[in-house]
Amino acid sequence: MEIGLNHYLVLSTILFTIGLVGIMRRKNILMLFFATEILLNSANVGFAAISHYYGDLTGQMFVFFIIAIAAAEVAVGLGLLIVWHKKHNSIDLDFMTSMRG
Amino acid sequence: MFEAVAFYLFAFLTISMFYVAVTTAQALYALCALAAGMIFISAFFFILGADFLGAIQIVVYSGAVMALYSFGMMFFDTTRDIKEKQGNKFIIVGLSVIAAILVVTIFSAPIVADNITALYPIIEGVGNTQQIGMVLFTKYLVPFEVAAIMLLVAMVSGIVLAGKKMDLSLTLMSEDEIRRMKEEKNKKVLS
Repeated sequence: MEIGLNHYLVLSTILFTIGLVGIMRRKNILMLFFATEILLNSANVGFAAISHYYGDLTGQMFVFFIIAIAAAEVAVGLGLLIVWHKKHNSIDLDFMTSMRG
Repeated sequence: MFEAVAFYLFAFLTISMFYVAVTTAQALYALCALAAGMIFISAFFFILGADFLGAIQIVVYSGAVMALYSFGMMFFDTTRDIKEKQGNKFIIVGLSVIAAILVVTIFSAPIVADNITALYPIIEGVGNTQQIGMVLFTKYLVPFEVAAIMLLVAMVSGIVLAGKKMDLSLTLMSEDEIRRMKEEKNKKVLS
């Protein structure tokens, strides 16, 4: 029973679907961030699998940069979220209906 | 055989962990399940021979990102159950399936075409970390530097956004000082 590229792509798709469901059914923004991490990780698995099965290092480079971007996103997003929580005492999406400061 | 067993085991564990992270109503459960899923994801990198990425995954995701999340969760009221949207379930499932099919198409298009040539082929007999270093510091040097600047900007913005009133420590202040500050602020700044 050989594990091929398709196995990894199917796994990546399943993880991506889980992340999408999470993004669409959550109301708490912290939970939305969690779902975003799941999406990024599913893409990482796909990149690494293609990199392995085609013998090319470019996929691993992309995974490297995606991880860097995810770290930066978390830092900025959590900072903004803390500011919002201090101001409004809530991080529900329903209250973010306007862009007023 | 070993590879197949490891793949299916970690696939099951990762999917179940992420499913828990997406569906649970408690923020702490979601955080712990997400951290566990990240560690299980790194197992795939080790199976695929990308040792460096596996180590990076554990260090960055399970270490830095999860620590940031748990630090941020200290600011928020996480004891409440999380409200969820009462939307149409069929629309959600349908959209997810469509998006997933789209992703499969995107990934499988080059396989069907089968015209990929390795730009930076994996060299036999050289360690994975060494190869990544060679490619990263020759061909991808400029994106690497730009990523460094991006991380620096993110760090500065995180300090500026979240670091207000960080010079005051609630544990070192007396009760009167805290009450006075709350009154003059008239806002829930420190809670």
